[in-house]
Amino acid sequence: MSSEWPLWEVFIRGQHGLNHRHVGSLHAPDAEMAVNNARDVYTRRNEGVSIWVVKSSEITASAPSEKGPLFEPSNSKVYRHPTFFDIPDEVGHM
Amino acid sequence: MYAQMVKTDGTRVRSLDEMEPHERAFQERVDAGQKIEPKEWMPDGYRKTLVRQISQHAHSEIVGQLPEGNWISRAPTLERKAILLAKVQDEAGHGLYLYCAAETLGISRDEMYEQLHSGKAKYSSIFNYPTLTWADIGAIGWLVDGAAIMNQVPLQRCSYGPYARAMVRICKEESFHQRQGFDALMRMVKGIPAQKAMVQDALNRWWWPSLMMFGPSDDASVHSVQSMAWKIKQNSNDELRQKFVDQTVPQAEYLGLTVPDPDLKWNEEKGGYDFGEPDWEEFFNVIAGNGPCNAERLNARKQAWDDGAWFRDGLTAHAQKTAAHSVAAE
Repeated sequence: MSSEWPLWEVFIRGQHGLNHRHVGSLHAPDAEMAVNNARDVYTRRNEGVSIWVVKSSEITASAPSEKGPLFEPSNSKVYRHPTFFDIPDEVGHM
Repeated sequence: MYAQMVKTDGTRVRSLDEMEPHERAFQERVDAGQKIEPKEWMPDGYRKTLVRQISQHAHSEIVGQLPEGNWISRAPTLERKAILLAKVQDEAGHGLYLYCAAETLGISRDEMYEQLHSGKAKYSSIFNYPTLTWADIGAIGWLVDGAAIMNQVPLQRCSYGPYARAMVRICKEESFHQRQGFDALMRMVKGIPAQKAMVQDALNRWWWPSLMMFGPSDDASVHSVQSMAWKIKQNSNDELRQKFVDQTVPQAEYLGLTVPDPDLKWNEEKGGYDFGEPDWEEFFNVIAGNGPCNAERLNARKQAWDDGAWFRDGLTAHAQKTAAHSVAAE
C-alpha cells in the first residue's frame, strides 16, 4: 500500500499578538498527524504558540508570470503613501 | 561539506551574450542577488543541480543520525543522553526541511528515498566512519558539525529561496550541535589520562575525514564555476577547508590535543595555517561505497524504513477511514 502522504503547509504563530507565518511544509496522512509532526519539526525550541496546517493542494497561488498585471498598477499610485503629501513643519506632527 | 562533488551537467559556463532571453533574464536576477522561487522559470541544469545538491544534503542529515544513534543508549550521563537525543532529533528535522526544499523543484519524497536506498544518490563521506568511543560523539559535534557550519553559513545566501530559507533554520540549530560536542570533549580532557587519550584518539581518526568533507580542490572544476555563477555555491572547497583549519587548530590547542598532521604550521605571511593533503584515494573509495561503514549505514537506513512500513500503512488506513466517515456523515 504505502502511497506517499499528502503535503501540508505549516503556519506558526510565534508569539501572542502576531500573525501566523508560513514556516515550511511536511508530509502527513491527515490533519491531526500534520499538527503533531509540525510540532516536532518546526517548534522544537519554543518557536510557536499556535500551529495551522493546510493541505498544499488546497492553496491557490498567483502565477509568477502575472506579476506585472497583478502588482504594477499599484506602482503608479504613490499618493497611497502618507509620505506623498508634504505637510509644512509649522503644522507639527501629523 | 554535506553535499560533495555535485555535478552541473554543463561543459562550460556560458556568458550572458550567449544565452537565450529567458536564461539571460534569469542570470541577471541571480547576479543582482534576487532569490529564485519554485514556480519561476529556471534553466534545466540549475534545477537538476539543485535537486542533486539539496537531496544529497538531506540524505546526509538523515544518515548522519546513525553514527550518533549508536551512542544514545550508551551516553555517560542522563543529561548527555538527553542532549544527544535532542541533537539527533534536530538532524531528522534538518533532513525534513531539506527534503521539502528539494520537493519544490518537482522531485517527490518517495523518489528521493528510492535514490538513497538504491545507492543511486550519495550522502556525505563522513558518515561512513565508525563511532568507536564516547569521545567520537564529542568529536563529531566539534569537527563534523563545525565543518558543516563552515559550508552552510554561506548557503543561507544561496539564490534558490526555499534552500536558503531551510539553511537559515538549520544554521540556527547547528551551533548547539558544535558546542555540545566541544563541551563533552572539554569535560573529558579534564578527566583521567585514559579519558584524555580517548579524545586524542578520536581527533586522530576524525581530523582527516573532516577535512575531506569539503571535497577535493575544485578551483579548476567547471561544475564548481557554474554553481558559483548560479550562486548555489559561494566559496571554493579549498577556501572553506582553510577557514575550517584556521578556526579549529586553536580549539584543539585549547583542549591540549595534537592535530595529527606533521605538515601543520602557522604561516604568518598568509595569516593562516599550512597543512597536509588529505588522502584523496581514501575519499574516493568511501564515496564509491567502500568505506568502513557504507554497507552498515545503508542497511540500517533501509531497515528503519522497512520496519516502519506497517506503522505508516496504519496511519494511512486510519486517515482514509476517518475521511470516509466524515463524507458519509455529510
